[in-house]
Amino acid sequence: MYTASDLRKGLKIQIDGEPYIVTEFDFSKPGKGQALYRTKMRNMITGIQFTQTYRSNDKFDRPNLEERNMQFLYAQDDEYHFMDTVSFEQIFLSKEQLGDNLNFLIDNMEVTVLFFGERPIDVTLPTFVNLEVMVADPWAKGDTSGTDTKPVTVQTGFQLQVPPFVEQGDKIQIDTRTGNYITRVKE
Amino acid sequence: MLTLQGLQQRSALLQATRSFFIERAYLEVDTPLRLPILLPESNLIPFTSEDWFLHTSPELCMKRLLARGCTQIFQICHCFRKEESGRIHQSEFTMLEWYHRGWDYQDLMRECEALITSLCRLFPQFPGIGLEGRLCWEDSHVSLTPPWERLTVAEAFHRYAGAGVNEVLAHGDFDEVLVTAVEPQLGRERPTFLYDYPVALGSLARRSPYDPQVAERFELYIAGLELANGFSELVDPQEQRSRFSLEIERIQRTGQAASMPEKFLEELASIGETAGIALGLDRLFLLFMGRTHIAEVVPFISEEL
Repeated sequence: MYTASDLRKGLKIQIDGEPYIVTEFDFSKPGKGQALYRTKMRNMITGIQFTQTYRSNDKFDRPNLEERNMQFLYAQDDEYHFMDTVSFEQIFLSKEQLGDNLNFLIDNMEVTVLFFGERPIDVTLPTFVNLEVMVADPWAKGDTSGTDTKPVTVQTGFQLQVPPFVEQGDKIQIDTRTGNYITRVKE
Repeated sequence: MLTLQGLQQRSALLQATRSFFIERAYLEVDTPLRLPILLPESNLIPFTSEDWFLHTSPELCMKRLLARGCTQIFQICHCFRKEESGRIHQSEFTMLEWYHRGWDYQDLMRECEALITSLCRLFPQFPGIGLEGRLCWEDSHVSLTPPWERLTVAEAFHRYAGAGVNEVLAHGDFDEVLVTAVEPQLGRERPTFLYDYPVALGSLARRSPYDPQVAERFELYIAGLELANGFSELVDPQEQRSRFSLEIERIQRTGQAASMPEKFLEELASIGETAGIALGLDRLFLLFMGRTHIAEVVPFISEEL
């Protein structure tokens, strides 16, 4: 059980049976008045946001959230199958649940899956992943401007801008939080 | 946490504040921080210390000194309030509190004007002071030239919340409307004294002789920031006892202990007409030092200890 005085940015609480994360928080207390805890919350399943003011005697359940390390096995139709690396239990997530994570997800990748009770609700990829460049224009030798970039497509189908020296068949490191190119990786 | 330069600024402000009161013939006092009984205030949660309490303000002891014959006293001390932590709140903070016998709350408003304008004249180079001696905080540029705005609580609720203060109060939403709709508008062009609070919200303040619905209480706001709370003190022991009874009931309903401060009530009758005020010094320094978070103007915050 949490009380209003536990509220802070990033705290996860349960309201009406669903998990919420506090995205903004402000404590106020007018002179001689009561403490007010002003929050903005995001529903961790639906993504819907709302603002709410709480008072000292408000209480919240802790959501039953658990992070498990899982490995991506394969995709079949729109189901993405993962295996718990400890218990070998298998689950699947939908295309919608994975969202932009699909830009970087490859076979055998180890990810963190967030469960609300028995229900997987979110996936966190490694911050940096190495992906192979499948389509790239050849480097025009002699172009030494150094500041230009060019578009390439990696093995997941994701397109991004990279320096001109990156060629088809290279492996490149990408930051999964931003989708930005980091460096070319030597095998 | 403060840099060396920040510590020097804080020290200069503390010394200048002391000098202001000493030059005006106030006696500096230092009363105990740890007390066996507190004035019952239902919205303050004290820290216990063995079976005593850390004080939430120096009001109780300072009023007892007035009863002993002091006429003008001031104190700069730390106060402790549990579960108060945020951008402009710390559980332990520095309070400036002063009392002046024979005065009422209007006199104190004028003294607030004098204190803050004199600090501003002394430190025109401080980060929070802009052109023409304006206090600049967030997006406000506040002119300190007196007289400052005086706005009754009823006027403010009408103007900024489009609501009658008594209706809001009856609905139990006074604090919420104040914080969300009214306070952000106060003290933007020049400082604002918000005054004449509903009696229920001024447990230690005298009832106005002109309107028995309101208590002679005011709050000072600069740039939307609440800085000080002052009263014409309630010095009638009978009325104070009945107001305390209501507070004690409220505290006991939350499962906490509270009792009647009998020694305080015994001595209250001998105080005479007096006005008193408490000013959050860390917040005032926040404005002068041009910072945004209270943690930036104190030597340490609890997380650093």
